[in-house]
Amino acid sequence: MSTSTTDLTAPVADAFEDPAAEMNAAVERAARRERRMRVLMPVAALLSALALWEFLVWYNEVPHYLIPAPSLIAQTLVTDFGTLMTSMWFTVKLTLVSLLLAIVGGVALGMLFALSRTVEVSLFPFAVILQVTPVIAIAPLILIYVHDTFSALLICAWIVAFFPILSNTAIGLRSADHNLRDLFTLYRATPWQRLRYLLVPSALPYFMAALKIAGGLALIGAVVAEFVAGTAGQNTGLASRILESSFRQEIPRMFAALFLVSLLGVVIFLATSFLSKAVLGHWHESEIKREA
Amino acid sequence: MVSEATAQKAPAEDAPVLIRMDGASKQFANGTVAVRDMNLDIREGEFISFLGPSGCGKSTALKMIAGLLSISAGEITVNGHPPGKGREQDIGFVFQEATLMPWATVFDNVFLPLRMKGMKKKYARDEVEEALASVGLSSFSGAYPRQLSGGMKMRVSIARALVTKPKLLLMDEPFAALDEITRFKLNNDVLELWARHGLTVIFVTHSVFESVYLSNRVVVMAARPGRVSRVVDLPGGYPRTEHYRTTPEYAENCRIVSAALEETMDNVDIDH
Ligand SMILES: Nc1ncnc2c1ncn2[C@@H]1O[C@H](COP(=O)(O)OP(=O)(O)OP(=O)(O)O)[C@@H](O)[C@H]1O
Ligand SMILES: [Mg+2]
Repeated sequence: MSTSTTDLTAPVADAFEDPAAEMNAAVERAARRERRMRVLMPVAALLSALALWEFLVWYNEVPHYLIPAPSLIAQTLVTDFGTLMTSMWFTVKLTLVSLLLAIVGGVALGMLFALSRTVEVSLFPFAVILQVTPVIAIAPLILIYVHDTFSALLICAWIVAFFPILSNTAIGLRSADHNLRDLFTLYRATPWQRLRYLLVPSALPYFMAALKIAGGLALIGAVVAEFVAGTAGQNTGLASRILESSFRQEIPRMFAALFLVSLLGVVIFLATSFLSKAVLGHWHESEIKREA
Repeated sequence: MVSEATAQKAPAEDAPVLIRMDGASKQFANGTVAVRDMNLDIREGEFISFLGPSGCGKSTALKMIAGLLSISAGEITVNGHPPGKGREQDIGFVFQEATLMPWATVFDNVFLPLRMKGMKKKYARDEVEEALASVGLSSFSGAYPRQLSGGMKMRVSIARALVTKPKLLLMDEPFAALDEITRFKLNNDVLELWARHGLTVIFVTHSVFESVYLSNRVVVMAARPGRVSRVVDLPGGYPRTEHYRTTPEYAENCRIVSAALEETMDNVDIDH
């Protein structure tokens, strides 16, 4: 009995000769598996959905002016590459410039709000009114008053993206721990030091959350505004391509433009998420991977 | 270690007064009188404890001394200046929570007071490392606060308070949230730092045992309104090591301070 026990344990003890190395290897394997999963699973899911779509269209012989197959949409993307890219570039420009202006304006005004209660109380109603009025309802007015279409569209997209940045920056700058504030007072921090080393880092998680939202909203604002302006002619964004294709019953082209709009949205989402991780990943709870 | 511990002793009776509280009072905007008519002279090199029930104004008194709260009536001078007006390295403050910046490494957290003075990182390295070494955290300078245990965070906080080599160290229930083993260890660490750097320490606590173990004078405070009810002198027992906890003198001191604290509780309605 006793001999058989030793016989059994011998190889086990061998396998765990270096428990630390064993553990490290296991942790690393788990991490690699997790990374692979995070890329592979969504890609596989998307590809199967496309395959299913292709199959159903083919199997049911759905006509392409109702629902085009993914392969036809891809083909349209290639044949209309020139016009679609011009439109895409227009929408990208519109979205990014409006987002940039929203960041500049939102952060500047948010800082002002955080500095002065009076300013906040006086100006906040305007910000709320801008936010709660649907952009689609104001857009026609803006298009009448602003003659340059790009500027008019820019204003619409900016209105939508601006508010989350403003409100989160203001809240974030106020969110600094009060004991840390006392500490900065104790060491006689200058206003600049306080801003740089306390308020900005405290506000950063709030700002990043706002940026993720505003990125998507800027695109929505750009597309919606262009839909409203659509009849005004000369503008050439992706939304106009969708409208135009719908008038001409070119459904595959419509899907192709739609695909590019989604792609743009996904890229913006990934970019802001990546940025957030890069900036907050080393310390903030929202971006730290929890140990299981 | 032993030689440093033996340097512990209560300051001489005629040591110069560092902090003078002269009828100091604090009334908050909502009408609460947090501290009423507090008179106290704290001499250089003292280790003094503020002991009292919750809400008796211990933190308020400490913050007034640090210049973080205005004084409603009376006067406080620190080193001859009104609070917060002396040289900045005069005071180190340890909050009840570790109060570290979660986005900064241990090194950068401890570096903060020097950075506020306009010092460049590369010149501050020695001082920061020395402060970290004094609390036994040299090997953690690159870690982030979330990677530390509660007791380690508290020690970072103490290192930060010491990095400017202050003469005065104010500690607001620094170890209240820690387990007893860690607390005893940090108690010894603080006593050792006090002796080694010749600090004056004001230590706020709820614990009779902690106040008796650490201080040469216990200021017992009563609530509603917050005020000093008794001051108990405890000049003996040095050097205070774990052995001191087992002596009859320590037991007797605990009994005296407990009795003084109980007196203050007599006229307190608990559910305030
Ligand atoms: N900012 C404030 N505004 C109004 N009242 C306050 C404020 N801070 C403290 N107080 C009141 O002052 C009194 C003393 O508070 P303080 O924080 O000094 O008590 P404490 O002795 O430190 O208590 P604890 O041991 O619980 O920390 C309490 O009654 C409290 O309610
Ligand atoms: Mg307190």
